[in-house]
Amino acid sequence: MARAVSTRRMAVATIAAWIVALIIFFPILYTIITSLKSEPEAIQGFNLIPSFTLESYVTVQTQRDYFKPFMNSVVLSVGSTLLALLVAVPAAWSMAFSPTNRTKDILMWMLSTKMMPAVAVLVPIYLIFRDTGLLDTRLGLTIMLTLINLPIVVWMLYTYFREIPGEILEAARMDGATLWGEIVYVLAPMAVPGIASTMLLNIILAWNEAFWTIRLTTTNAAPLTAFIASFSSPQGLFWAKLSAASTLAIAPILIMGWFSQKQLVRGLTFGAVK
Amino acid sequence: MATENTRGLARLMLAPSVALLLIWMIVPLAMTLWFSFQNYNLLNPANVSWTGLFNYKYFYTDPAFFQSIWNTLLIVGGVLVITVVGGIAIALLLDQPMWGQGIVRIMIISPFFVMPPVAALVWKNMIMHPGYGVLADINRALGFQPVDWFAQYPLFSIIIIVAWQWLPFATLILLTALQSLDGEQKEAAEMDGAGFVSRFVYLTLPHLARAITVVILIQTIFLLGVYAEILVTTNGGPGYASTNLAFLIYRTALLGYDVGGASAGGIIAVILANVVAIFLMRAVGKNLDR
Repeated sequence: MARAVSTRRMAVATIAAWIVALIIFFPILYTIITSLKSEPEAIQGFNLIPSFTLESYVTVQTQRDYFKPFMNSVVLSVGSTLLALLVAVPAAWSMAFSPTNRTKDILMWMLSTKMMPAVAVLVPIYLIFRDTGLLDTRLGLTIMLTLINLPIVVWMLYTYFREIPGEILEAARMDGATLWGEIVYVLAPMAVPGIASTMLLNIILAWNEAFWTIRLTTTNAAPLTAFIASFSSPQGLFWAKLSAASTLAIAPILIMGWFSQKQLVRGLTFGAVK
Repeated sequence: MATENTRGLARLMLAPSVALLLIWMIVPLAMTLWFSFQNYNLLNPANVSWTGLFNYKYFYTDPAFFQSIWNTLLIVGGVLVITVVGGIAIALLLDQPMWGQGIVRIMIISPFFVMPPVAALVWKNMIMHPGYGVLADINRALGFQPVDWFAQYPLFSIIIIVAWQWLPFATLILLTALQSLDGEQKEAAEMDGAGFVSRFVYLTLPHLARAITVVILIQTIFLLGVYAEILVTTNGGPGYASTNLAFLIYRTALLGYDVGGASAGGIIAVILANVVAIFLMRAVGKNLDR
């Protein structure tokens, strides 16, 4: 039932929503604006119109070698996501299509591993990493991020796979489809969207993970989280450079996030809210 | 359909995930538990000995301990209140018809995608800095003294930053739930003469109960372990004013090199997380079984 909404009511809602949105978005907006200022300009006081200089971006690359942590972030987030999918797809598949009476318990147990505070195992993990030479390596951190996000990946995939009707498989089998044909022509096309959204969300989570990535790296494998955290030291306090580095660090994930709004709700609530 | 064969295959497919998570859960935790009974300092690794409950006693009598637990609970509670109340308000607003809703949504959801060190440093330097921050500029323009947020209200400042990061999450989930509310029900209530407040209390709020539960559960898991925001802003100070349990354990372990003490703290953190989890599941878990 469509109702005529008065223009006045719509105008009020619009103005209120835009004010709220601009306040919430302001820190990000101001970071982007500041990144386009020169250093003296950045600390001159409140000013929304920058001189549009790119000098901070250039300095961040030439003085601090921005590209290196950026590549580390890419390798770690994509690598750990692919690794987690490799392990999680079969698991979620088997739980969705041949559930036993223990399936629900296994899922809840997997989720409960997320309840364990990371800091509680900081010491053993640090010592294991030190003794096996995994400290400050991409390999070590990729393994860590895979383990941390594995429960979420399994859960997300499970909620997607569960919605694929089992009867379709039976129908395909009746029509004489081989196991291979069943997977390639029937299941894959239905599973791909779910796997893609899981992948997207997991890359976002891995990119922004800021406990293990900071504690287990120093220079070689340090991703953007550790790189930006190093700006907190007194000698790193340059507003425009900090803004440029921050803008570069959040831009790719911000854009990915905008595209995955819908899946985000589903993924992060383990299918409890759709 | 489930023959012996497919069942065996299903188990095989499940095995790697279960095995990995089992190892991930048991091995480090067992090590933490073992270390917590040892006198083990990284500066003196040759001298490791059994000390029984000494580390726990040491941790327990440290004045920073109770403050850190209190701070942990304040961060979790404060952020939950701000994000749930704010989230409901913003979700109700976004549910209204308006111009440019897509852009408004994108702007509101954005903070969630900002990595913690960036969020904390941007707030610390560009917004809350007593000399050059935007809030200081506003204060001066209005004729007030600028506030040194991180020196005067360290914990409150951290709560604000973390709440800013999680507000979009709460808003998005509550909005999704709100949009699944039956429009006809709303209209029927309206026609029966129910005002905005009674519609909200008797119709909207019960409908949102499940989503609110989910928001509280998931945020609590993450909020118990707030770390990077503290590291790059106050470093736990001044004194221990903004040190939560996670940060205290990190200090003991990697700055004090005290493996035993940090492990005892780690076990306490696990217990705290479990107590909170059980309490939460009891209090709000019944909403989830629908």
